[in-house]
Amino acid sequence: MPFGRSSSCPRGLNQPHPNPPGGPNLGQPSGNPMTEPVILILAIPLLAAGVLALIPSYRVSALLNVAASAGALACALSLLVRRPAPLPFLLVDDLNIVFVVLNTFIGFTTSAYSASYIRHELETGRLTPGHLRFYHAMFQLMLFGMSLALLANNIGLMWVAVELATLTTVLMVGLYRTHEALEAAWKYFILGSVGIALALFGTILVYLAARPSVGEGVDAMVWTTLLAHARTFDPSLLNIAFVFLLLGYGTKVGLAPLHAWLPDAHSEGPTPISAVLSGLLLNVALYALLRFKMLIAANPAAIAPGPLMIGMGLVSLIFAAFMLYRRRDIKRLFAYSSIEHMGIIVFAFGMAGPLGNFAGLLQMTMHSLTKSAIFFAVGHIAQVKRTQMMAGMGGLTTSHPVLGWCFVAAVVAIAGLPPFGVFTSEFLVASSTFAQQPVLAVLFILGVLTAFGALLMHMTAIAFGPVQGPVDPVDASYVPMFAHLLLVLIAGIWLPPPLVAWFQHVAVLLG
Amino acid sequence: MPGLHYDIAHMLAGSLVLVSLMMLYQVRLTALLHVLALHAFVLAASVGWQAYIQQSPHLYITAAIALVFKGILVPVVLRRMIFRMGVHREIETAVSIGLTMLAGIALVALSLQVMLPVTAAVDPIAREDLALALSVVLIGLLMMVTRRNAVSQVVGFMSLENGINLAATGARGMPLVVEISVAFSILIAFIVIGIFLFRIRERFDTVDVGALDQFRGGRS
Repeated sequence: MPFGRSSSCPRGLNQPHPNPPGGPNLGQPSGNPMTEPVILILAIPLLAAGVLALIPSYRVSALLNVAASAGALACALSLLVRRPAPLPFLLVDDLNIVFVVLNTFIGFTTSAYSASYIRHELETGRLTPGHLRFYHAMFQLMLFGMSLALLANNIGLMWVAVELATLTTVLMVGLYRTHEALEAAWKYFILGSVGIALALFGTILVYLAARPSVGEGVDAMVWTTLLAHARTFDPSLLNIAFVFLLLGYGTKVGLAPLHAWLPDAHSEGPTPISAVLSGLLLNVALYALLRFKMLIAANPAAIAPGPLMIGMGLVSLIFAAFMLYRRRDIKRLFAYSSIEHMGIIVFAFGMAGPLGNFAGLLQMTMHSLTKSAIFFAVGHIAQVKRTQMMAGMGGLTTSHPVLGWCFVAAVVAIAGLPPFGVFTSEFLVASSTFAQQPVLAVLFILGVLTAFGALLMHMTAIAFGPVQGPVDPVDASYVPMFAHLLLVLIAGIWLPPPLVAWFQHVAVLLG
Repeated sequence: MPGLHYDIAHMLAGSLVLVSLMMLYQVRLTALLHVLALHAFVLAASVGWQAYIQQSPHLYITAAIALVFKGILVPVVLRRMIFRMGVHREIETAVSIGLTMLAGIALVALSLQVMLPVTAAVDPIAREDLALALSVVLIGLLMMVTRRNAVSQVVGFMSLENGINLAATGARGMPLVVEISVAFSILIAFIVIGIFLFRIRERFDTVDVGALDQFRGGRS
């Protein structure tokens, strides 16, 4: 039971630190830094990326990929039990532990899934062993970038890490080198770069706002120092900075109207990459946005970040919900569903308050687990049916009962039906919105119901009816998909009290 | 002579905006690359001047990177690339030049209008520099939006990054970490773009991004 130990985490988010200049996180490395789990979370993927780039055998590298991801997950879990000593440039607090554990977990299951996925791709000749060497190295480098972005205690370092994670995913989206994959990677690269450039401009503005009260140099970019002094910053500079940060990191979150890269990137890359894009990268960008939201909210004279986030979230939700209807490509369908869910999550965090933040956190967790399970299923389906077009997939429950019914369960979960966890969180978002803004709640429910109809329509067309396409048996492991669906099901029926307590604590910190 | 210091800094930053506007009316790729080189030279001069008046020697590194990497290396490589692909004579069918120029001027006005009032409290040198840097960023964005050609989009992106560099160096005492990272990210970005251009070349024998869009209809 690590949850009651808030006294053992000296850098709780809303406690201004007693000796702010420099913060406790600078210049105080612990006794033996190489054995710190925090360092290992970063070191394992980085080392693995280097080693994987050298291993020619894809079997060995797939195993090593899984082992490295499992190691990072184990280190992340150990953070729950024992909070590490402060380290320079790195920060572990109650908020980012949630993200780190979720990220390393999905990184682990996806690497396991990817091992069986790529074997099939190799057999059908879509990928060569040379591609796979590159793919595995990039996979670990991407996990490194994401973990660094989540653990960084410096807004400049966080920016660099998000950029790194983006560049590695760009390269993987273009892996198949087809016309469509190249177009998707190019679009993703250009839009992602513009977004990241705007985010850097916002970061510079935050530094300028911080400089008068914090002083020049590295201190004015250290997250904990910034938060402690946010009250004294120039509010008008912070306002403009937040607009840039919202647009910049919002592009990565996939908020409409900045979402154009997202459907292409999801549909053209290898399916494990679609799963990590939806399940992890969007969350990392969201985390950056939440950090800056906390900073703006700590300054009473700055604009309230809520309405901006509510507006963008609602637009994304409703837009994506209507876009779901006329999709023909199954991966594009679920990419739009990711936009819809990110809209819901940003909306929930925009509504704020303990209940809104709680619902947002829960929704984010549930969406990551469910959406990556869906992409696991979709990857198997596309491999069996040899197409991504939904028109060629009918009668899945008849031709492949296990896969078909898992797919049905996953779509029911993502559409927000009980007994799955997404229902709980969407219900919480709706009820907390009703308490504050009934009109917005009506719009929210309209969007959710529209998406629900579209998803169910496509799901029945794929799962039932006459069998279409090949009926070969699936030669792959279902375990990662089962694990995710089981977790979502358990969360829908019974949320463990320690988890609830933890999320409530974080929700209060988020303000 | 702080007065003169500021004047020269502002003049250099202003020149960067002017060169950005010059980019907008270049229709031939080779001419565009010449302007890109000029853009990087002006940036290098501006950063070098900031290094001198702020007495922060590490900024000279940033200036050197701007000069050597962005001012010489990248334009030369891009130039070779477009000659090899035989697109150096290509005339772009962009949005009409007059309209683009008007939009560019409007963006400069917008950024001055937005930034000057809010940065009143910041020291005067960062104040104008920030407004001018924002203009360069926005014009870079405009360029990426109005051009269809992959090379021009890269040029637009690089001018955008130059604008961000200007802002970062104008902010006194900005940690070195960030400057190196900016330069480094440009390096990585360029490698990525290089790979992509080669792949695009392999597949299509053209760098017109319009050619990439043809498959979209069947996939919605």
